[in-house]
Amino acid sequence: MPDVTFIVDGKTLTAPAGTLLLEACKSHGIEIPAFCYYPGLSLQAACRMCVVRIEKMPKLQTACTTPVAEGMVVITDSPEIAQARKATLQLLLGNHPLDCPVCDAGGECELQDMTFKYGAAESFYAEPKNHREEQKWSPVVYFDRPRCILCYRCVRMCGEGMDIFALGVQNRGSSSIIAPNVPPQLSGVVENGVELAQLDCEQCGMCIDACPVGALTSGTYRYKTRPWEMNHTATVCTHCGDGCKTTLGVRSVSDGTQILRGDNRDKSGINGDFLCNKGRYAFDFANNIERVTSPLLRKNGELVPASWEEVLTFAGTRLRDLRQERGPNSIGVIGSNRTTNEENYLLQKLARTVLGTNNIDHHRTADFVTLATSLQGTTGRFASQHDVATSPAILLVGGDPTNQAPLTAWNIRANVRLNKARLYIANHEEIKLRRQAKAFAPVAQFGYGAFIKSLAEDTDFSKLLHAEEKLIVLIGNELRGGELASLIKTLPNASFALLADYANSRGASDMGLLPDVLPGYQPLQGSTIASEYGAAGAPGLNSAGLDLLAMFDAAAAGKLSALYVVGSNPIQRYGIDPAALKSTFLIVQDLFLTETAALADVVFPAANLYEKSGSVTNSFGDLQLVSKAADKAGTRSDFEIIVRLANHMGHDIKALVPFGKGPSSLGTRADMGQTRGAASGEADRHAVWLTANNMEPRLSPFDPFAILDEIQRLVPGYDKLLRLQLLSGNDQHLAPASTGLVQITAARKDLVLPSADTLFSSGSLTRYSPMLQDVQRHQSTEAPSPLASAD
Amino acid sequence: MPTLVSHPDEVKVLSRRFGLGATNIDRYIELDGYKATRQAIEQGPDWIINTMKASGLRGRGGAGFPTGMKWSFVPKVSEKPKYVLINGDESEPGTCKDHLIFLNDPHAIIEGAMIAGLAIGAKTGFIYLRGEYRYLLNIMEKAVADAYAKGFLGKNIFGHDGVDFDIITQTGAGAYEVGEESALMESLEGKRGVPRIRPPFPAVVGLYGGPTVINNAETIANVSHILLMGGEAYAKLGTERNGGTRLFGISGHVERPGVYELPMGYSLRKAIYEVAGGIRGGKQLKAVVPGGSSCPVLRADEIDVGLDFDQMAKAGTMLGSGGIVVLDETVSIVEFALRTIRFYQHESCGWCIPCREGTDWIKKTLTRFHAGGGTKKDIDNVQYIAENMMGRTFCPLGDAAAMPTLGFIKKFRPEFEEYLAGKRVDHPLIHIQPFGETELAGAH
Amino acid sequence: MAAIQNTIFTPGTAARFDKLATIYPLKRSALVPMLLYAQDEVGYVSDAVVAEIAQRLDLLELDVRSVLSYYSMLRTQPAGKYNVQVCTNISCMLRGGFELLDHCKHTLGIGHKETTPDGLFSLEEVECIGACCWAPAAQVNYDFHDDLTPAKMDAVLDSYRARETK
Ligand SMILES: Cc1cc2nc3c(=O)[nH]c(=O)nc-3n(C[C@H](O)[C@H](O)[C@H](O)COP(=O)(O)O)c2cc1C
Ligand code: SF4
Ligand code: FES
Repeated sequence: MPDVTFIVDGKTLTAPAGTLLLEACKSHGIEIPAFCYYPGLSLQAACRMCVVRIEKMPKLQTACTTPVAEGMVVITDSPEIAQARKATLQLLLGNHPLDCPVCDAGGECELQDMTFKYGAAESFYAEPKNHREEQKWSPVVYFDRPRCILCYRCVRMCGEGMDIFALGVQNRGSSSIIAPNVPPQLSGVVENGVELAQLDCEQCGMCIDACPVGALTSGTYRYKTRPWEMNHTATVCTHCGDGCKTTLGVRSVSDGTQILRGDNRDKSGINGDFLCNKGRYAFDFANNIERVTSPLLRKNGELVPASWEEVLTFAGTRLRDLRQERGPNSIGVIGSNRTTNEENYLLQKLARTVLGTNNIDHHRTADFVTLATSLQGTTGRFASQHDVATSPAILLVGGDPTNQAPLTAWNIRANVRLNKARLYIANHEEIKLRRQAKAFAPVAQFGYGAFIKSLAEDTDFSKLLHAEEKLIVLIGNELRGGELASLIKTLPNASFALLADYANSRGASDMGLLPDVLPGYQPLQGSTIASEYGAAGAPGLNSAGLDLLAMFDAAAAGKLSALYVVGSNPIQRYGIDPAALKSTFLIVQDLFLTETAALADVVFPAANLYEKSGSVTNSFGDLQLVSKAADKAGTRSDFEIIVRLANHMGHDIKALVPFGKGPSSLGTRADMGQTRGAASGEADRHAVWLTANNMEPRLSPFDPFAILDEIQRLVPGYDKLLRLQLLSGNDQHLAPASTGLVQITAARKDLVLPSADTLFSSGSLTRYSPMLQDVQRHQSTEAPSPLASAD
Repeated sequence: MPTLVSHPDEVKVLSRRFGLGATNIDRYIELDGYKATRQAIEQGPDWIINTMKASGLRGRGGAGFPTGMKWSFVPKVSEKPKYVLINGDESEPGTCKDHLIFLNDPHAIIEGAMIAGLAIGAKTGFIYLRGEYRYLLNIMEKAVADAYAKGFLGKNIFGHDGVDFDIITQTGAGAYEVGEESALMESLEGKRGVPRIRPPFPAVVGLYGGPTVINNAETIANVSHILLMGGEAYAKLGTERNGGTRLFGISGHVERPGVYELPMGYSLRKAIYEVAGGIRGGKQLKAVVPGGSSCPVLRADEIDVGLDFDQMAKAGTMLGSGGIVVLDETVSIVEFALRTIRFYQHESCGWCIPCREGTDWIKKTLTRFHAGGGTKKDIDNVQYIAENMMGRTFCPLGDAAAMPTLGFIKKFRPEFEEYLAGKRVDHPLIHIQPFGETELAGAH
Repeated sequence: MAAIQNTIFTPGTAARFDKLATIYPLKRSALVPMLLYAQDEVGYVSDAVVAEIAQRLDLLELDVRSVLSYYSMLRTQPAGKYNVQVCTNISCMLRGGFELLDHCKHTLGIGHKETTPDGLFSLEEVECIGACCWAPAAQVNYDFHDDLTPAKMDAVLDSYRARETK
């Protein structure tokens, strides 16, 4: 739209025609107060706080509904306007309980802020306030009705934003209330100590964030503390592959720093306003008393607590001996989908350069190798999460983002609603997003191959797709290997993303937690990274190692001397017979004594994603910074444990983590290549790279950034990352290099095993999250899947 | 059954078929029924709109917007179907004129709707009656069925190829706010009666998103008469810019309450003292609410004013819906003000803060004041609240509540003050319903 | 529209509802009339009424409740067979509306929104019912009674009682 020019408070401004006055003012730094206005949701003009004076109009006008027009003259602040706003506040406060000192929203309340600004503090009503008991709508949503100012944000958030419509407005006039979709005959009915009914919804808590006051409060946070008594750390959610930013409110307790709240009230980050049930509440596993908080060592058949030193020494020595005795390829390593990129890189580097084996894998939930190799030779065809929110056309093949990738679903809905994006869906189930779809192609179960073929034919559906100039294709984990490759080939102009299941599933792939691929999808031979690893001297690195299932087969056959499992529970997830590990030395590093950990000879208590720093990459390849918010005494980050284990194996730590300035075989040293020339291959390449990038060597072997330096230096794709962007908390879209990637054959096993998580489950963490348990118990419609409690 | 009254000063245009059995379609036809529609089909939209403009007819729903002009705002071409919507929600206290039209002359409404449809190019008309008017809805539905049976409604009406018009009747279920035009559309679409944001105005985006003309039942019942007698002739019956006649409901403390059709501009004093027979029981006049409960009150000494939109505006009040409520000297203005605000508090849709909370606080304060617990500050507070509602609410209901409140306080402040001094009418009949009682769905 | 199995309404009403859902440009427009007619038949808008109407119009039950709770004439609790609605709004008040209401309270022995023990009458104070010029006015169910006095009101109530003994 063309720009128009108008005058606000004497300043001449311009904005595209049709922009709402309120937004136009905001973007020029002129703030207009509002309760009911909420960007992206329908207009209400109900709170009357945004009134302004527009020349030639008889009455004050609402800035939230007035589009700017050429020549418009506006006054946003005058005694008349201030009085109007003050009077509105006075009327509201007349019935609003003044329980700010105990209200969850105290200090974060828009009504408080406005009252502060417009000074409507004096109360001139003699009548008692209308009082109502607060209501529990679900384990996570409580409603304190008298505090409600009827801005209808929650109703719109739930209906328009979430497409759930669990909230409505009932009665009228001053009796109006926000009402939940709990059937009235069930609400408040308690049976066997359990309240029967609850909001029939996704329990996302979006209504709570949207609420400008303390009317809607969170079941997990309410009455716990005051907002200003917490520290707030923005980090990335650990649960699904969408990578939402979540702000954790934490407080010091006797054994560390405890998380009290998760939300995204500041609406920043890749997810904007959005956060789902898990992102908002399911941090509680971190506070679970079942956390392992001491290293455990198996003595006389029992796992007993022991000191770090004792356990590390034992494990390190044992690993070294086994490598010596039975060879590097008798050892296997299984990594995690929830550890950071730095930890994942470090783990595979440990496997490849310390242990000397390619026997490394992880629980794969999407076939990123095929995606990367299929898009070789092209550029700009990896879709980012932002593209989901802005692309004019989206094709969703398989998957069910509503339940598995809630932010993706939110962005799809918002894009359809706000930008009229065209959504096409092909699925073997009638997934809910169908309601937003322009066209739906039903696919037979396991019939995606046929569907892909049909795209080459002249069907209505394929005609629509081929008419799209800018299409992004989101692909569920039903598609992998050859089918995935042929879908990509069929749509040569589209860009793609795979929907994976965990916070760092993509990072696990990108960082090479795979037996046949080095970080950045580099081949085992011939790549820079391969030659650098090869220089570390392990001979067996030229060919692919054992994949996860093969490792267990080898173990069962007595051929696996040791297995190092980091943040994964394969015993449960793959239904492996524990007896398979009878003769394998097992080290497990995890938060809880999972089925796998229970079999271990050594257990290291690990910190979770909220307790460490580093970076993760979401399903779309968007890289984000993870910041340490919480702390649990007794645990250590996976990064630190891996480094220490290598140390206790007698490995040169500088060779593993390039830190410090002293000499070492591969670590940073003073010789910058001046003597023999950087190109000679013998110079300290890392030190050269650091200098070239104006960076200092890291001082600690436990500094994840030391490894990030190496990742950036060695992993194609990640070389593009911008430090300043990362440190400022901005996401960056990274894609694998477009040339020089590994070659894969059609026979390659993708080994993708969907997690089958729902909105209310998150792999092994599910059972350690009281909130998820509680919500599941109340949920009538979503029965937890039997697979749900394993990673 | 409502009784019909009459007075020699009446000029019966719209009400000329009242009491003559015109609910019967044949009788209606005998009384010149459906002539205007035929004429309208032959003459075409421009003629209709020009005639309406010439008639000076202004909306009888309350706002007094010129009807011909309203119709001319509807875009000629539209992707979405256009609609005619007849507002028979009649809920403004003091108003019962549409009641008589539905009861006595339902075909006049059908004809008016059809003509409006012809004028703007709509093929469907809706007649919305308040839910309480069930017996009138039955009459209306029978009339519609009879018109269909005669081929006056449906396809190719009166044998004119391609001239189609359908009428759908609709009922409300108890809500004053639904009389507001955009809230009425919401209600008709099966939603809560909350008004819409404007612009866009109904003439552009109305019912089901299509351009819509919405008119009060009385407005629309005038249309066929105007076409038959000619716009100018109709205009001449009234005053400048206030064409024709109007149904005035005179109620309260008069000897002969009733609905009278008087020319626009007729003297308010004469309406009370002559037409309605003066104050009941020979008492003194105290005040008049001249156009339904939302119009600011006039004191006894302010009634020398002509009953048209402009003169009433000049007198600081409104002609509104033509419901003249007459108060004699025995009335306590405090009590009357309380009863008035209680209505608006009950009927506020609750959407916006100033109206929802403002009506509630005025009601609460006046309830206590009335019960004897008031202070001087209450009077100021009520005035302050009302002043701060004026012009700041989402729809005009807020003004409709604030205007009379301000009127009572400004014109009768001494009475409020005396009330404090103990001079109060002992009439403890206005109860505040305890909060909570209205909590349950549907339990207003 | 798929026919509703096991409707809770009489065949006549069910047929009427089938039709109502088809006459509007949008089916949802039938909601308010349907609720009112359902109430006429069932006596109030019961949970079963909400459920069936939601199903008929493809609405969420919450939606139906949000709408029904807006309108004063719709109730979610049973009322008496004859619901006596006395207007006390301004025109009626001036001509004895409150006295009439008090009289009804007294003779029926019930208050606002209450029902006599025999279930015959319930009483409601209502806002203006559009009979201001024939005030004071009351409605018994949908019947209008104008120009009332306490004595006339007694006769009105008696006439309803008489219907029952017939
Ligand atoms: C709160 C409120 C209630 C109203 N109630 C009615 C009503 O009951 N009947 C009516 O015809 N108009 C009513 N109106 C006026 C309508 O909004 C609208 O102006 C009218 O129907 C237009 O028709 P007219 O131009 O023929 O008057 C009301 C307006 C407001 C603001
Ligand atoms: S609960 Fe909060 S968000 Fe919802 S209407 Fe009330 S104040 Fe607004
Ligand atoms: S005031 Fe009672 S019917 Fe109008």
